[in-house]
Amino acid sequence: MSLSMDDLRIKSVEYRKKLLKYIKLAGAGHTGGSLSCIDILNVLYNNILNISPELPDKPDRDRYIQSKGHSVEALYVVLADLGFFPEHDLETLCRYGSHYVGHPTRKVKGIEHNTGALGHGLSVSTGIAMAAKMDGNKYKVYTLVGDGELTEGSNWEAALTASHYKLDNLTAIVDYNHLQITGLTMEVCNTDPLEDKFLAFGWHVENISGHDLEEMNRFFREVPLSVGKPTCIIAHTVKGKGVSYMENKKRWHHGVPDDEQFNMAMEELDSSLKFPE
Amino acid sequence: MDIKNEERRITDPVMGKPNLEVFAKTLEELAAADRDLVVVTSDSRGSGKLGPFGENFPAQIVETGIAEQNLVGMSAGLASCGKKVFAVSPACFLTARALEQIKNDVAYSDQPVKLIGISAGVSYGALGSTHHSLHDFAVLRTIHNLTIVAPADKFETEESVKWAYGYEHPVYIRFGKKAMPVLHDNNSGFVYGKGIEVRGGNDLAIIATGECVAPALGASLKLEKEKGIKARVISMHTLKPLDMKILFRAARECDGMITVEEHSVYGGLGEACASGLLANGYSLPFKILGIPDEYTVTGSQSEIFTHYGLSPGGIAAAAIKLLKTN
Ligand SMILES: Cc1ncc(C[n+]2csc(CCOP(=O)(O)OP(=O)(O)O)c2C)c(N)n1
Ligand SMILES: [Mg+2]
Repeated sequence: MSLSMDDLRIKSVEYRKKLLKYIKLAGAGHTGGSLSCIDILNVLYNNILNISPELPDKPDRDRYIQSKGHSVEALYVVLADLGFFPEHDLETLCRYGSHYVGHPTRKVKGIEHNTGALGHGLSVSTGIAMAAKMDGNKYKVYTLVGDGELTEGSNWEAALTASHYKLDNLTAIVDYNHLQITGLTMEVCNTDPLEDKFLAFGWHVENISGHDLEEMNRFFREVPLSVGKPTCIIAHTVKGKGVSYMENKKRWHHGVPDDEQFNMAMEELDSSLKFPE
Repeated sequence: MDIKNEERRITDPVMGKPNLEVFAKTLEELAAADRDLVVVTSDSRGSGKLGPFGENFPAQIVETGIAEQNLVGMSAGLASCGKKVFAVSPACFLTARALEQIKNDVAYSDQPVKLIGISAGVSYGALGSTHHSLHDFAVLRTIHNLTIVAPADKFETEESVKWAYGYEHPVYIRFGKKAMPVLHDNNSGFVYGKGIEVRGGNDLAIIATGECVAPALGASLKLEKEKGIKARVISMHTLKPLDMKILFRAARECDGMITVEEHSVYGGLGEACASGLLANGYSLPFKILGIPDEYTVTGSQSEIFTHYGLSPGGIAAAAIKLLKTN
């Protein structure tokens, strides 16, 4: 089953509203990065990944590893929507005794791997992709990394290995929003030009918009885009996307909206559905 | 000081400050007088409260991006050229991710880097185990030539940072971000490798470190008020080298001993004390309080403390059980 672009568009707005709601309820969360990757997760989970809440462990399922684990709220709302767990579970987010902590863990149904320390997901995904090749399995592996995260050297060790072993069942999606905690990635420690780097490491690279649902739908479906090469999709995104006062503002990396800000965000998101761009 | 005043001191939040903020202020003071003082961060400037430092001393701060291994390696290089380097990063990443750099580039090569583990222990609370450092004392204790310090309040923080600045060998200092009550009067009299008796008593000794000294003191007050038990409290700010003298004296003078730390019960303060005592012929009722070897419960730092009996009430209950009085 796959959703129409209109349905996906509605989901993107719903997901944004929900993740803000649960961040506000928890009083903590990684707001900007969740808003920047939610469209990517929307397309992956609704239209690309071969997974199901009924058979969460089926061996031939596609794998998604969220290396930028801090944007866990985006992952939680999507998994709840797909039926991996009841949405009201998220009312316990970050609460005493809850399994819904501020980073992904396998205690939560649908989550494949514990992340949160940056720079691990690409190596783990490389291992999963290699296991698929060893076993002659056809599933695909997708991982989401932050642009700031790419300063961790481990990413580049994995990038070398993945291309060395011709793991074309592996796709790394970069949430290319130009910001990290301290400020602009370009100023903190530049990771650009990303395309040249991944090309030099032997990957197939595509630049697309991480908010254009139709474009993502098309590209994610087509991987591998070069036989024998892992794919890097540089998804151009806006940190805080969808809530104009949060967009491109570093303080919303882990800012929590107050009542007034929350209502403003809800209004803006609702009206974005009424008046499509 | 009477017990009322003592109680007020540890419960009055306005008197206390987060050790993290005290650290940042102290660094600014030191940097103003020494252009060779360099701070290295890994997208951790904000978490380290070093925003103002960066603005006031832009030439004395180096940003590596999110790359803790590079942070420690570069710090060793800078230190080898005479810079007085403070490498500042969350304790969880600094001491796990960059462990080999700490072992080889800093400790083995004897480069006087000051490794600063911020938001240590379970300070990051509900962010989960990736962000907790419950292993740092244990792994770092096994590395030769590395001093380990966990200051308890603003005085211990300021004094230990100033001491580390002048020390010519590797140091690891870790602290949290929650406001700590003031545990000393005007200064702590911090001397590297020497524990501090924060409160007297001969029925029981509570040896605590870092952010566990405040609840240990709370437990001591509670025990005296409610049970008439006089519990000595020692801030064992230096984990390595451990102050054996103060430990042995406590073992001779008290009927039991409890250690309290924001760390795994394995390999930290408790086991260091236990082995020091036993190897030197001391034996007494003994209990290690810390985070047990299990999947850590979700919660804020104080919820996690309460869950595992590291709150004043939890420590007092463990004391009563240990002394078998009721
Ligand atoms: C190993 C490690 N170091 C530091 C951190 C703290 N941290 C969490 S998010 C973040 C910034 C991430 O920036 P980026 O990868 O660009 O993510 P995004 O902009 O999508 O939020 C940092 C430094 C971490 N989680 N893991
Ligand atoms: Mg980013």
